[in-house]
Amino acid sequence: MSQPADLISAVEEELLPAAHPAQFSQRLRRYLPAIALFIIGLIVWEVIVVVFNIQGFLLPRPSVIASHFVEQFSIIVSDGLFTMREAVGGFFIGSILGVLVALATARWASISEGVMPFAIAINSTPIVALAPIMNNWFGITNPIAKMSIVAVIVFFPVMINVVRGLTQVNPAAIELMKSYAAGDFSVLSKTRIPNALPYLFSALKVASTLSVIGAIVSEYFGGSREALGVYISQQAALFHFAEAWSAIIVACLMGIAFYVIILLVERWVMPWHVSLRSTEE
Amino acid sequence: MNNYQPVVSIQSVSKVFNQGRDNSIKALDNINLDIQPGEFVSLLGPSGCGKSTLLRLIGDLTPPSNGSIRIKDKPAHQARLDRDYGMVFQQATLYDWRSVIKNVQLPLEVMNYPQDKRDVRAQEMLKLVQLEEFGKHYPWQLSGGMQQRVAIARALSFEPSILLMDEPFGALDEMTRERMQLEVLRIWSQTKTTVIFVTHSIPEAVFLSSRVVVMSVRPGRITGVIEIDLPRPRDVETREHPHFFEKITEVREMLRKGETA
Repeated sequence: MSQPADLISAVEEELLPAAHPAQFSQRLRRYLPAIALFIIGLIVWEVIVVVFNIQGFLLPRPSVIASHFVEQFSIIVSDGLFTMREAVGGFFIGSILGVLVALATARWASISEGVMPFAIAINSTPIVALAPIMNNWFGITNPIAKMSIVAVIVFFPVMINVVRGLTQVNPAAIELMKSYAAGDFSVLSKTRIPNALPYLFSALKVASTLSVIGAIVSEYFGGSREALGVYISQQAALFHFAEAWSAIIVACLMGIAFYVIILLVERWVMPWHVSLRSTEE
Repeated sequence: MNNYQPVVSIQSVSKVFNQGRDNSIKALDNINLDIQPGEFVSLLGPSGCGKSTLLRLIGDLTPPSNGSIRIKDKPAHQARLDRDYGMVFQQATLYDWRSVIKNVQLPLEVMNYPQDKRDVRAQEMLKLVQLEEFGKHYPWQLSGGMQQRVAIARALSFEPSILLMDEPFGALDEMTRERMQLEVLRIWSQTKTTVIFVTHSIPEAVFLSSRVVVMSVRPGRITGVIEIDLPRPRDVETREHPHFFEKITEVREMLRKGETA
């Protein structure tokens, strides 16, 4: 598969190691370097800000961010959930459409030849640039405006990957089905679709992160008062950078949580997948 | 040989790839061959002699350019629709997402066997290839030889009249390969299936077959057919039998004759 997928699998190995659940102490030892680095990083940050007397509106101290985070917690979290709904809604609309179009494309080759070049071209254009237009179409505070941006962002990687998964099947597997005199539907349901699942999930994992980014960035162009992106841009405009940073932390946690959920679903749907094979016999 | 109606009847078959174009290749030329029910026939020859192509023609995976192939007195295409063929390729081609038993059931699912019959058949087949305890394993947990045995179980699960094997042991090491040859002979004697076996190993062809069809290159054609009258059941002793070596020599000489002709 493509390079990003390899990078992703490396990240996954960090987040959720595939091997049998280790003892707590072993796990702790595994994560210890990362935790240590995180704590050292915060201390260095704090010290640098104090020693060089950096102004709070340029770079607030971690301790200040933390206290604002606690203070603003309920607002940031409820704004975060609002934005998350847009991200998840757009994610579902985009991926369902992506899968449906991919199935149609794999069924009728002529659609594929017509659609794929445009899909690839549109996939490499910055879709958040459409945000002002969507705001105009659906209304600036309407969550549908953000969901449509997210849906468009998610649609293309999902569609392109699923088409690959449906078409790049071992030719011998297809001949085997032919020797059973299998119909098109059997070939699709028993060979092509299972073959496409790993491709689908690698796209969904990319899409989960993209959808949170898409929702927040499109809120920078204006949106409901209860949205996280609006909160970040307003606090930043008022030089309330500690609040902005607190909201960014929440955005970051939402992105990770979404990714991990997709990862868990993937493991549940495809227990047979390569990444879950333990080396011990 | 006997009075049976041949199960496979190949008459004046040729195959040209890219016909009518500049890069056209004559893969097979004027092939004639009859195979009797219950025979074990090997197609033997150097790479490029069209032995795999001939097997694919018999199995209706690709059509002949000329001539006729009849299976049990009907066209090969009809035979495929009637599910007369079990196929085993060089790669086991098991589905990663299916357990061993589910892999064996794959053709039965496609052919809409009821669930209870599928379970019974698959279990019988795993017993036949001596992998009963491995039903719940996934393909990647098995060795190459075991995977190939699952592929054989899968091919025989729906009781096809002909088993087509395309260099099935080509990817295995020599020791596993010899064990698999014994295995396939045992399975053949238990199921009475007609086997057509493609190989480029002379001892393998001689050890397994009732007849060896020797082929040569450019264009692929049949140089000769050698009857292997070694006694059955054949076992490890057979490989040390003087007559085994005589037959190997006979096949080797015919292969050489094909080269110079």
